[in-house]
Amino acid sequence: MIATVFLQTTNFIDAAYIVAFGLMIYGMTGLTGPRTAVRGNKIAATGMAIAVIATLLRKGEFHGSSTVWLIILGVAIGTAIGVPAARRVHMTAMPQMVALFNGVGGGAVALIAWVEFRHHFGADWPLRSEIFELFGAIVGSISFWGSNIAFGKLQGIIPGRPIKLPGAAQSILNLGLFLVTVAAAIVLCAGTHSQALFILGILVAAGILGNMVVLPIGGADMPVVISLLNAFTGLSAAATGVALSNPVMIVAGMIVGASGTILTNLMAKAMNRSVPAIVAGGFGGEVAAPVGAAGETGGTVRSTSAQDVAIQLSYARLVVIAPGYGMAVAQAQHAVRELERALEAKGVEVKYAIHPVAGRMPGHMNVLLAEADVPYDLLREMDDINPEFSRTDVVLVIGANDVTNPAAKNEPGSPIYGMPILEVDHAKAVIVLKRSMASGFAGIDNPLFYEEKTSMLFGDAKASVSEVTAEVQAL
Amino acid sequence: MGIITELAILVLAAFVGFEVISKVPNTLHTPLMSGTNAIHGIVILGGLLLMHESSGLLEHVLLVIAVMFGTINVIGGFLVTDRMLEMFKAKDPPKAEDEEQGA
Repeated sequence: MIATVFLQTTNFIDAAYIVAFGLMIYGMTGLTGPRTAVRGNKIAATGMAIAVIATLLRKGEFHGSSTVWLIILGVAIGTAIGVPAARRVHMTAMPQMVALFNGVGGGAVALIAWVEFRHHFGADWPLRSEIFELFGAIVGSISFWGSNIAFGKLQGIIPGRPIKLPGAAQSILNLGLFLVTVAAAIVLCAGTHSQALFILGILVAAGILGNMVVLPIGGADMPVVISLLNAFTGLSAAATGVALSNPVMIVAGMIVGASGTILTNLMAKAMNRSVPAIVAGGFGGEVAAPVGAAGETGGTVRSTSAQDVAIQLSYARLVVIAPGYGMAVAQAQHAVRELERALEAKGVEVKYAIHPVAGRMPGHMNVLLAEADVPYDLLREMDDINPEFSRTDVVLVIGANDVTNPAAKNEPGSPIYGMPILEVDHAKAVIVLKRSMASGFAGIDNPLFYEEKTSMLFGDAKASVSEVTAEVQAL
Repeated sequence: MGIITELAILVLAAFVGFEVISKVPNTLHTPLMSGTNAIHGIVILGGLLLMHESSGLLEHVLLVIAVMFGTINVIGGFLVTDRMLEMFKAKDPPKAEDEEQGA
């Protein structure tokens, strides 16, 4: 009995909260290094569990029995959806999964703000709580709808290309929506009798804004957008924490808000894009100019056979494999690993060249190859492998396109000009495994395919690689 | 808590966040994004705190959905991050050697 009373005192709960956010911060510092990351994630999860349990222990939390059941209901449904989704999702689909998890967080913030307004609006609710809660409502709603669009685009439900109104209409519409949202928030703070209407209006307007901001952004930029929305949700969670005077929500939310902002910048830098340029719209408006150059060289693509590829690879000294998202889509990573083993058995040295944004997010390719048990010491980062291409006999480009596009170095007019690339064109020979001549994620033609030393092996990456492996083993 | 205390916590937490992420290898961007994503699932506390003072069907439905969303965010986020990081772990020892050689 005494113990129960002690557990419910504010002092104990505050202490538990401090332990909780301490663990979350400590866990997050672990996430920044490969050796400590697994443990760091578990420590952060423990902190989260402590925060939830401490909140449930608060005196009066379980007044009516209905409250208990409602909480259990929400947690049960959430677990039933979240656990299988997290367990089953393919590593290739990771970006959209993160988008979805981020979106529901933003949605929770928006719903909480709505209930707060229904409840407290009027006499005894301090203006500051109102302002912070409104901030949470707006940003949370933007994050929810924006993340859903990002999910739809990456999942292929919505076309990945930029969808937008012609000319400046899109920017004007977005600005208008933003102003309407902010104006409605100010009217609410100034005091109005129809608050129920206004808060709903704000949530809806912010939701439309979220849709309108993300729809014009091209699929290639989506990871940066997800990271940005992740930071947004963090900020909105922190704002809700201020409104509810809950320290652990403030700390956890704000840390995500701050670190998410930095991470967004780091990602954008790795892709040679700027965050404002991405938010202002995808590659759409800029593509027009460079097409001519690629068109001139077009038409002279050499296609090759699995047998020829096998011979070329078997007599090479150094083979570098440059994998891209196409390899992951074809689920060819295991087949590639087999080919690597077959070549090594013949005394060929094999390395993997990993572009920082290979796959769909920075670090995505490392996860995918790790899944196929590719040893870490065969993976080479871009800056380490680029000087080695000149002494490489054959580069095998599997499902990668934009990250090997020499236009990024040679054609100042190209939309990807300036993006760091894998300089595979320096190698003695290049073999490109590709499904067809369709252009890459960014929708840009690749002059590499028309070079004299390049030959193309068309077909499904997994089938092609397996075929080549069989031929290598038969030699 | 007064507003000043709350804002002070806000500012300090922002600096901690900046500090933590200042140096992260590209390799870990994906799991890190996913991990921080799980942490903002802390919003679930808001749903839990409001549940006992809410009344009426609409508020209850909204909060049950909020708690559900928060749970998906937290549990899904941490699980998926763990799955990704476990794959890195397999190739952990060589990485450790690399770093020692580098230093």
